[in-house]
Amino acid sequence: MHIIESGNVAAATGVKLSRAQVIAAYPITPQTPLTEKLSEFVESEEFDAQYIPVESEHSAMAVCIAASSAGARAFTATSANGLLYMSEQLHWAVGARLPLVMCVANRGIGAPWTVWNDQQDTMSQRDAGWIQIYANDHQQIIDSVIKAFRLAQTVSIPVMVCYDGYILSHTYMPFEQPDQEQVDSFLPPFAPKNFLDPENPGNFNTVTLPDVRPGVDGKIEPGYIEIRHNLHEDLRTALDTYEEIDKEFEEQFGRGGNPLIEQYKCDDAEFVAVCIGSLSYQLRDVIDIMRDDGMKIGVMSVQMYRPFPDEAIVAVLAGKKCAIVLEKALSYGNQGALYGDIKSALYNSDTKPHVHNYILGLGGREIKTQHLLDALTESCTSPDTIGDTPRWIGLKL
Amino acid sequence: MRTDIIEIRWHGRGGQGAITAAKIVANGAFASGFKGVAMAPTFGTERRGAPILVSLKISKNKIYDLSPITAPDMVVVLDHTLLDEVDVVAGLKENGLVILNAPKPLSEYSFGGAKIAVSDVTKHSVEAGLPPGIVNSGIIGAFSQATGLVNIDVMVAAIENEFVGKRPEMNSKAAKIVFENTAVGGYI
Repeated sequence: MHIIESGNVAAATGVKLSRAQVIAAYPITPQTPLTEKLSEFVESEEFDAQYIPVESEHSAMAVCIAASSAGARAFTATSANGLLYMSEQLHWAVGARLPLVMCVANRGIGAPWTVWNDQQDTMSQRDAGWIQIYANDHQQIIDSVIKAFRLAQTVSIPVMVCYDGYILSHTYMPFEQPDQEQVDSFLPPFAPKNFLDPENPGNFNTVTLPDVRPGVDGKIEPGYIEIRHNLHEDLRTALDTYEEIDKEFEEQFGRGGNPLIEQYKCDDAEFVAVCIGSLSYQLRDVIDIMRDDGMKIGVMSVQMYRPFPDEAIVAVLAGKKCAIVLEKALSYGNQGALYGDIKSALYNSDTKPHVHNYILGLGGREIKTQHLLDALTESCTSPDTIGDTPRWIGLKL
Repeated sequence: MRTDIIEIRWHGRGGQGAITAAKIVANGAFASGFKGVAMAPTFGTERRGAPILVSLKISKNKIYDLSPITAPDMVVVLDHTLLDEVDVVAGLKENGLVILNAPKPLSEYSFGGAKIAVSDVTKHSVEAGLPPGIVNSGIIGAFSQATGLVNIDVMVAAIENEFVGKRPEMNSKAAKIVFENTAVGGYI
C-alpha cells in the first residue's frame, strides 16, 4: 500500500515491520519525529517492542548493546552531535559484533550549532567499522531499514542507515509500505548462537592480550589483531552478502537492484557526477538539462559507503573523461573523504579519469540547480585544468 | 528545466495547520494520478503564530529535486493578515494564481496581474460547525474550486481520512461550503 509520509515515518515504519524488540533513543533534531513515531507505535500496542527512553545518546547505544547481547533485535536513531556522543559505544558495538541497526538523519555538527543537513556526522564515523548505507528517497529508507536488519544479523556487524536531515527526514513523499507477512518471510527472527543467558554462562569481550593465547579448553584463541583482522575481512565479504540480500529482496518485493551504487545515464557518459544521498536525485534533473545541451554526463550515487564498493565504482568510472565528486562533508585539512576514496580506488586503473572535488551544502546551505549546472559545466569543459584542491559551491565570502 | 511539475507554496502561521492542509492536497493529488508528490515544511524551527511556508510539488512523474520552491505556479494564503507581513507573491510565475482566505470581496485585492481566488474560509468553517480559527480543511475547498486540479469529492475523502477522530464530517463540510463560495477572478 502506498502512503504519503515523511522520511522519518518511513524509517519508523521499517523498524516496526522488522519487529525490532528493543528501542532506546534520545531525541535530537531532525531525527526526533522518528523516535516519536516509534513511541506512538509502541504506546498504541500496534508494535510489540520495549521502548526505553534514555538520558543520552551514549546510554541509548549502551542499552542497545545490552539488549542485543541478550539476543534481542535492537534499534536506535540519532543525528549530528548525538552520534558523536555515542561514538565510544559505536566502536564497542562493532567489536562485540552485535547486529544493531541505527538510523541517522544526517545533520551538520556544532560548533557553531546548525540543525540543518550535511553529512559530516556519519562521515566522521566511517572508520568505526559500522556498515553505512545511504538512502536517496523514502522508498530506499524503508527498504534499507528492513534489509539492514537482515544484513546485520547475517554478518554480525551493526548497520547505519543514513538519510539527509530535513531534505528527506521532513519531506512528505509517497512510498510503498510492504506487507507484514512479506517482511516476516524475508527477515527471520534474530536467533544468535551466543547470547547472555543465565542458564549458560560465558565471558563476553574480555581483555585480550597482544598475542594469541590458549582458552580454558586449551584451544588457541585469537588476540586483538586477529579479531580486528577478521572484522575487516567480514566487512569486505559484506559487500557480496548485501548484493545477495538485495537480490532476494528484489525477487520478493520487486524493488532494489542497486545495493552498492545507483547509476543514472552513466553508460554512454564521458563525465560522471558522484555523490551520496538525495543530492544524486536533485542532480538527475541537472543531468537532463546538460544532456539537452549535448553534454554526455551521468550521475552515480554511492549507496553503501562502508564497506567501500571500490570494484563497482571503478567499473563505472574507469575509461571516463572525468569523475566529479560532490560532497556535503570534508576531511578538514585535506579534501573530501569520498573524493580520496575514489581516487585511491582508481589508482591502479589503466584508464584513469580526471577526478574533481566540490564541497557544498554544509549546514543546510541551499544547493541551487544553477550552481550545480555551473560547476558541472566547468568540470566538463576544462577537465584537465582543475586541480586537486576542493572547490566550494555556493560560498558567499 | 522540467515543466511537468506544479509548484504550490502555502503561507500560514505556525499552528494553523498549513502542513496538514498541504498533506491532504498531496494525498488527493496522488489519488488523482499525480504519482510525483513532494511536500516539505520550511526546514528548521517553527514558532506558533509566526509566518511559515510549506512547499508542495505535484507532477504526473516522480519528483527528484526536493529543494524549496522559489518560483511557484500558485500560492495559498491561509490568513489574510499575513499580507501585511509577508510578500506572498515573491517569485510567483507569470499567469500565477493566488488563493486567499479573506473576509473582503475579490475586487479588494490585487497581486500584480495574478489570477486571484477569494473565500471567507474563516466564516464558512464556523458555519460548518468548526470552532473559530480552524481553516486548514476549508481552504482545500477554495484550492479545488480555483485550480480544478483535484476533484472536490476526492478532497473530501482525503480530508475525512486525515481528520479521523477529529470532527471529520465538519472538516469536510467546511471544504464543501467553501468550494461553493469561492470567487475566482480572471487575469488582469
